[in-house]
Amino acid sequence: METLKYNPDIFDLDVTPLREVNQFLHGDASGLNGKSVVIENPNGAHNIAVGLKSDIDVTIKGHAGYYAAGMNQIAKVTIEGSAGSGVAENMMSGVVHVKGFASNAAAATANGGLLIIDGDAGLRTAIALKGADVVVGGSVGSFSAFMAQAGNFVILGDAGEGLGDSIYEAKIFVRGTVKSLGADCEEKTTSPEDRKILADLLVKSGHADVNPDSFQQYGSARTLYHFHVDNAGAY
Amino acid sequence: MCGIVGLLVRNPKMRDSIGELMLPMLIGMTERGPDSAGLAMFGAPVGADERKFSLYSGVADFNWTKLGHDFEKHLSIKAKVEPKANHAVLTTTLEPATVKIWLKEHYPQLHLLSVGQLMDIYKDVGTPAQVAERYDFKNFKGTHLVGHTRMATESAITPAHAHPFTAGEDWCLVHNGSLSNANSLRRKLEYQGIEFETDNDTEAACRYLQWRMREGDDLETALNHGFEELDGFYTLLMGTSNQLALVRDPFGCKPAIIAEHDDYVAIASEFRSLAHLPDIKNAKVFEPSPKEMYVWKL
Repeated sequence: METLKYNPDIFDLDVTPLREVNQFLHGDASGLNGKSVVIENPNGAHNIAVGLKSDIDVTIKGHAGYYAAGMNQIAKVTIEGSAGSGVAENMMSGVVHVKGFASNAAAATANGGLLIIDGDAGLRTAIALKGADVVVGGSVGSFSAFMAQAGNFVILGDAGEGLGDSIYEAKIFVRGTVKSLGADCEEKTTSPEDRKILADLLVKSGHADVNPDSFQQYGSARTLYHFHVDNAGAY
Repeated sequence: MCGIVGLLVRNPKMRDSIGELMLPMLIGMTERGPDSAGLAMFGAPVGADERKFSLYSGVADFNWTKLGHDFEKHLSIKAKVEPKANHAVLTTTLEPATVKIWLKEHYPQLHLLSVGQLMDIYKDVGTPAQVAERYDFKNFKGTHLVGHTRMATESAITPAHAHPFTAGEDWCLVHNGSLSNANSLRRKLEYQGIEFETDNDTEAACRYLQWRMREGDDLETALNHGFEELDGFYTLLMGTSNQLALVRDPFGCKPAIIAEHDDYVAIASEFRSLAHLPDIKNAKVFEPSPKEMYVWKL
């Protein structure tokens, strides 16, 4: 276990109901800022540490269920095991770190902040991403980054079928293979600016040793969402 | 939404407590399936020439003793009847086809849940805890099991509509999800002479696999055909005399999580149901990939 900066508050979910723990974590920011909280025996419970909005450091010591750290703002949430569906769903800011694997729809619609998944992630990872950064140490399942609008999505392993289908302006970087690209998603040449984004994210997510040049970038071919002059007569 | 659980005990010393190990798994899936629950238990085999018939009665005070007497009197053959609440297991050497005809003629109100040498099936309406209590799941002994908690979305809440379903001796299936082409599958299969007992979509999947295996497919080939023909969302968990098998639909719409340990293999819809297994910290916990078949043998 890492050394904690402050006196930790330890909650045991075998003893304290999750609702009480979440209510504590939703308390007045002035009393919570700078605090470290440990949650023991998560045992796959749903909705652990959702809706946090203060500068607090939460460590979940085990496997979390659905929607862990959903809607996160400012806080740092570390899940030492795996995460169920919808981890960091609609995150606004802060950092969520899953040390194991994550199930489907991780970081769905996330607006900001950083989601780090050390293991694999399931299907529909970063679906409808709206501006957050997502780094997956392993591989991601099919239909990831579907309709992703903004943000950066880094995959150190492989991607499944239909990557980036109907993508808008999010940027995808894949080090391994892509089983297939979705509609309107294409290979991109990485600009120096994008290379810097990628390099910074690799450092932030504990992958400083990985060469940014080993990634292929993907993005929108912009044939689906732009008005096309050939269709002018239809309006 | 429904919950599925499966447990295959590798360590022979733990097989006498399989019911106790399973109980928190089933109860852990209550939120996913509060209206009915069921369990297929693979236990000690009957004699080589015997079969077990799992029976269910809609009325609680059914006279199982009389059924045993009638059976022996009419058919001039020995039968053992072991009742447990609304269920009973009838064991006999008489061949299954004759038993089925006799039951239909003399006890049409009974449901025949399964036939086999190892497998007993219990299913009923109520919360998983209530159903488990009613049939004393906690004290079950055996090698492997398949369980289900149901939240009905497409057909009635009755014991017959609860899972597991069977398709052949010592073969069962539970399902989390919904099939959109269950009716057209049923019409197709009825034309092939496959009989249905309910209008449940899972039964359609079960009978489809039964039909494929009747046509000579092994389980893997049957499931590969299933990927083409079953339209909808599904995680399917199947039990046979010596194995458990799991598949998820190609879109991974329905969940599953697996814990592989030296002592056991445990499968559930969510980790909540695996959290209390012994030494789970040292198990390999992972999520099965969609459209892949996972098989664990005894």
